[in-house]
Amino acid sequence: MEHVYLDYAATTPVDARVLEAMLPFFTASFGNPSSVHRYGQRAEAALEAARESVAACLRCRPEEVIFTSCGSESDNLALRGAAQAVFEQTGRRQILTSRAEHHAVSKTAEQLAAHYGFQLTWLEVDTYGMVRPETVEKAIGEQTALVSVMLANNEIGTLNPVREIADICHRRGALFHTDAVQGAAYLPLDVDGLGADLVSLGGHKFYGPKGVGALYVRKGTPLLPHLTGGGQEFGLRAGTSNVPYIVGFAEALRLAVQERQARIQGLRPLRDRIIGRVLEEIPDSCLTGHPEQRLPNHASFVFKDADGNLLLQLLDAAGFACSSGSACKTGNPEPSEVLMALGLSRDWALGSLRVTLGKDITPEQIDDFLEILPSLVEKARQLK
Amino acid sequence: MTKVVVAMSGGVDSSVAAALLVEQGYDVTGMMLRLWSEPGKEDLNRCCTPDSMAMARRVAAKLDIPFYVVDAKETFRQTVVQYFLDGYAAGLTPNPCLVCNRQIRWTFLLERALALGADFLATGHYARVVPDEQGRVKLLRAVDEGKDQSYVLHVLTQEKLRRALFPLGKYHKSEVRQKAEAMGLPVYKRPDSQDLCFLAGEDYRAFLRRHAPETNLPGDIVNRKGELQGRHSGLANYTIGQRKGLGLRSPVPLYVLSKDASTNTLIVGEIHELGAGRLLAGEVNWISGLAPTEAFRAKVKIRYTAQAAEAEVRPLDNGRQAEVRFDSPQRDITAGQSAVFYVGEEVVGGGTILSSFV
Repeated sequence: MEHVYLDYAATTPVDARVLEAMLPFFTASFGNPSSVHRYGQRAEAALEAARESVAACLRCRPEEVIFTSCGSESDNLALRGAAQAVFEQTGRRQILTSRAEHHAVSKTAEQLAAHYGFQLTWLEVDTYGMVRPETVEKAIGEQTALVSVMLANNEIGTLNPVREIADICHRRGALFHTDAVQGAAYLPLDVDGLGADLVSLGGHKFYGPKGVGALYVRKGTPLLPHLTGGGQEFGLRAGTSNVPYIVGFAEALRLAVQERQARIQGLRPLRDRIIGRVLEEIPDSCLTGHPEQRLPNHASFVFKDADGNLLLQLLDAAGFACSSGSACKTGNPEPSEVLMALGLSRDWALGSLRVTLGKDITPEQIDDFLEILPSLVEKARQLK
Repeated sequence: MTKVVVAMSGGVDSSVAAALLVEQGYDVTGMMLRLWSEPGKEDLNRCCTPDSMAMARRVAAKLDIPFYVVDAKETFRQTVVQYFLDGYAAGLTPNPCLVCNRQIRWTFLLERALALGADFLATGHYARVVPDEQGRVKLLRAVDEGKDQSYVLHVLTQEKLRRALFPLGKYHKSEVRQKAEAMGLPVYKRPDSQDLCFLAGEDYRAFLRRHAPETNLPGDIVNRKGELQGRHSGLANYTIGQRKGLGLRSPVPLYVLSKDASTNTLIVGEIHELGAGRLLAGEVNWISGLAPTEAFRAKVKIRYTAQAAEAEVRPLDNGRQAEVRFDSPQRDITAGQSAVFYVGEEVVGGGTILSSFV
């Protein structure tokens, strides 16, 4: 049986060109960039070339790029580091974010509130999971240290108006962070266009390796490091630089930016075919997230009174690897917080399905998928 | 390729069962049930702790088979746990594992296995199924009599047995442990346990106090003649045949003979009164699907751990009930447990014990 991977939002395979770029730095050029000798110099040259390449993609300065171990670490450094540094400088202690954020942001914000004296205010999202600029306008105040709103939602694909939100933050003297981990593969990353002070990225969402990420830190942004030690990454993130992975991250991002338009043009029609046919052919189905303002590779649904976890098992047995909102592997299904934040009831939210496409998907595979999906949703309803 | 779903628990038996099926060339998928526990005790449920789940996942990865966890919490609570509570409330000693086998493993899980396209559902039970000449399936005792679990499978119908595979039935437990080691299966040596999974290691009486307080109403202890002997603390706290802990002042040792839920009394007597020569079983399931019309000789087990005893079994009420006459009186026949009938190594049927007679 052919197995079709339709979960590119969870992770992507490493591009062969990326892997090739990485390989020399495991063996021949294995040095530590901090070392004085030539081994170290060669590794340092690769590290700094990677930083320059990433900076070119983000249209920023190389010293504004901090390499980390993953998107979650970038989010943690942004929230913890900025919130604490701003508080020290200004005494501001409010954080604004939404429940539709990735847990790397929402759980971090909750911990800052519960244990570090910050005040957390949740920003409401609309029925598409979008944070409206006027919501930020209303919530922001003299005490706001930091606002965090994601570029694109991992579960429901919705894009946020981050530029408008960034402008509001800056008018009111607050910092703005955006988690661009899910959006980076398909959206422009020009940091001045985004307007953000801090931008999180993760390598494995755009055909790079797992275990490497980056945080853009606009020059002058106060940031307290939370991993201290050697002076790596401009003193903001200690730890021996993971040179092969950083090289892979940079190459994957370069390819993503270079090939972005072609990738989007290949995937958007397939995404629209999925959305159109599911809504047409499956009764009591509903698109989650915004119909237009969404990632070009992302289709997500809820099916009323269906067991979403069971649907994933049925799909997997039929050869299609998909995901749901709750990502439950333990048989302990709780509706996703993101779907509940949209105002969905439990009988809808427990029947969620996320189909995310990538560059190796063919139209025939999508047709096969759409052929079998309605009957499996029906099964997942009967067995509930 | 024949597709089999194997019910996995992370333990040695179901892990080896899965490995044997892979070896035999089946297209194997592992499934694990998530069962109900009291809120806050989910990590202690013997059947599905996070540890055992992680272990089952590792075994599946080692065997390179897909593995899914299936949520059965609500249906387990409604059927198995409720049956347990209702049984004690009625003065019985229920065996919820039988209901779990019938309703959860061989209905709920079987449905999901079939939905995944499986031809068979396999478990790590020690028992055997073989086809007979009429195209039916016989249920046989395991080769390892010490580990035999056919008792708990007597509730299965032909429809379910046709879908059943028990890969361990022809092996001894020691061979299974050896196979686990030889295959390098990362199974931990969990001691075999008789405890009910949802009790999470707790005494069943404490569980009943919280969930069925009516089983803990004090009442009278009387003898067969109805003479008051003392007071009991709630019928659920006693087992048939129990001697210690009755708190009676009697010149001769007294034993629990039976319970009468309608009057909330505990009936006690001397050791010679313990034995009963006959029992009546209800809700009888005949494995072949056909009730015998005449009495037949059988060996009868009155609980999971009991020795099978020689008896004559007489079908009553078109086979819905059966009367069992033992060759010699049996101790501790307990209403609510099952009596299971063996002819040779074959399980022919069984039913819930309703009452016993001298």
